[in-house]
Amino acid sequence: MAIKDYIRERFFPQMWCPGCGHGIILNGLIKAVEELGLNKNDIVMVSGIGCSARISGYLDFHTMHTLHGRALAFATGIKMSRPELNVLVPMGDGDALAIGGNHFIHAARRNIDMTAIVMNNRVYGMTGGQYSPLSGYGTLATTAPYTNIDHPFDVVDLAVAVGATFVARSTTYHIRQLTDLIKKAITHKGFSVVEILSQCPTYYGRKNKEGNAYEMMELMKQTTTPVGSEAKKQNHDLIETGVFVETDKPEYCTEYDKIIERAKKDN
Amino acid sequence: MPKAKLKEHKINRRWCKGCGICAHFCPKNVLEIDKDEKAVAARPEDCIACRLCELRCPDLAIEIITE
Ligand SMILES: Cc1ncc(C[n+]2csc(CCOP(=O)(O)OP(=O)(O)O)c2C)c(N)n1
Ligand code: SF4
Ligand code: SF4
Ligand code: SF4
Ligand SMILES: [Mg+2]
Repeated sequence: MAIKDYIRERFFPQMWCPGCGHGIILNGLIKAVEELGLNKNDIVMVSGIGCSARISGYLDFHTMHTLHGRALAFATGIKMSRPELNVLVPMGDGDALAIGGNHFIHAARRNIDMTAIVMNNRVYGMTGGQYSPLSGYGTLATTAPYTNIDHPFDVVDLAVAVGATFVARSTTYHIRQLTDLIKKAITHKGFSVVEILSQCPTYYGRKNKEGNAYEMMELMKQTTTPVGSEAKKQNHDLIETGVFVETDKPEYCTEYDKIIERAKKDN
Repeated sequence: MPKAKLKEHKINRRWCKGCGICAHFCPKNVLEIDKDEKAVAARPEDCIACRLCELRCPDLAIEIITE
C-alpha cells in the first residue's frame, strides 16, 4: 500500500512546525506498518495530549485521542477487551514520564502486550516550551531561564528497571533504524518501549541554541553511538541507540485468560 | 537486483514547509529550497534514488518515483 492509504489526507498539511521531528516519526511508523504488512483495521493507536499526541489524528487506524498522561490506561482497557488487536501508544516525554509516569511504570511491570513510543523532544512543546523530566540538568526552557537543576530520567534504564520486555532507542536522524526498531517492537509479544529522540526546533532548539531542524539532527548523529560500541567506552556522554532488552515473560492478557479458565472450573 | 533508477521527484508543494531536512541530508546535493520555501530537485540527474529525502521528510511531501 502507498503512504496515502495509511493517512487521513483531509488533515494535511499537518499542523506541526516546519522540521518538527514528530513528523519524521510519523513517516517512519507508517513505513514500519507497511513493511510488516499489517492490516490497518487491526491496529489501534491511543494517544494522550501534546504535539506528539496529534499523531493519532493523522493515521487512518482505529484511533483514540485521550487525556494527557493517560494513554496507557485507555490502551490497557482496549487491549484487555480486544487482545487480538495491535495496540500502539505514541506519547510525548511529558505525557509519558511526567503526568503519565505512574501509568508507564505499571504498564511495563504487568508486561501487557503493546508498543509504547516515547517521542522525546525534551520539552513540553504544545504548551510553550516548559522543561520536562527529560530536559536534563543545565538545559534552558521557558520555565528554566537560569538553567534547569532537575536531573533527567534515562527512559531506557527506567523501562528496563520496571520490567518492559522490549526496550530500544533511536533518533529521527537514524530513520532506517527508527523504522526497524518500531517493527521489532510491534512484533514483540509483551510491553515494548521505543524511545525516539525528536527535535522541537521551535522551543527546545531555540532556547538551547541547537539551531534549526537539520542542525538538531546533525547533533543527534554526533551525540549517539550504537549500543555496546567502543566509542561509548571512550566517551561516556554518548547516548546509545539500538535494542537494549528483548526478553520473554508471561504476558498480561494471556495470563488473564488463564485466570478466567481457572475461575470457570471452580464454578 | 539492479539499482532502481529515478524517474521523478514528486514534491507536494502544498504540504512542504521548506524545513530543508531533505536538501541538507541528500548525499548527492540534488535538492534545494526555492524562493517560496519549497523543496525542488535542482539537479535530478545526480540523484541515486536512495530515498533518504522521502524517508526523513516530516511532512510526507516528497516521493521518489523510480522506473
Ligand atoms: C491533565 C492535563 N494537565 C496538563 C495539560 C496541559 N498540557 C498539554 S500538553 C502538555 C505537555 C506536552 O508535552 P509532551 O508530552 O512532551 O508533548 P510534546 O508537545 O512535547 O510533543 C501539557 C502539560 C493537559 N492538557 N491536561
Ligand atoms: S512546538 Fe515543538 S513539538 Fe510542537 S509542533 Fe512545534 S516543533 Fe513540534
Ligand atoms: S523535508 Fe519535506 S517539508 Fe522539509 S523541505 Fe524537504 S520536502 Fe519540504
Ligand atoms: S533519493 Fe537520495 S540522492 Fe535522490 S534526491 Fe533523495 S536523498 Fe538525494
Ligand atoms: Mg515533549
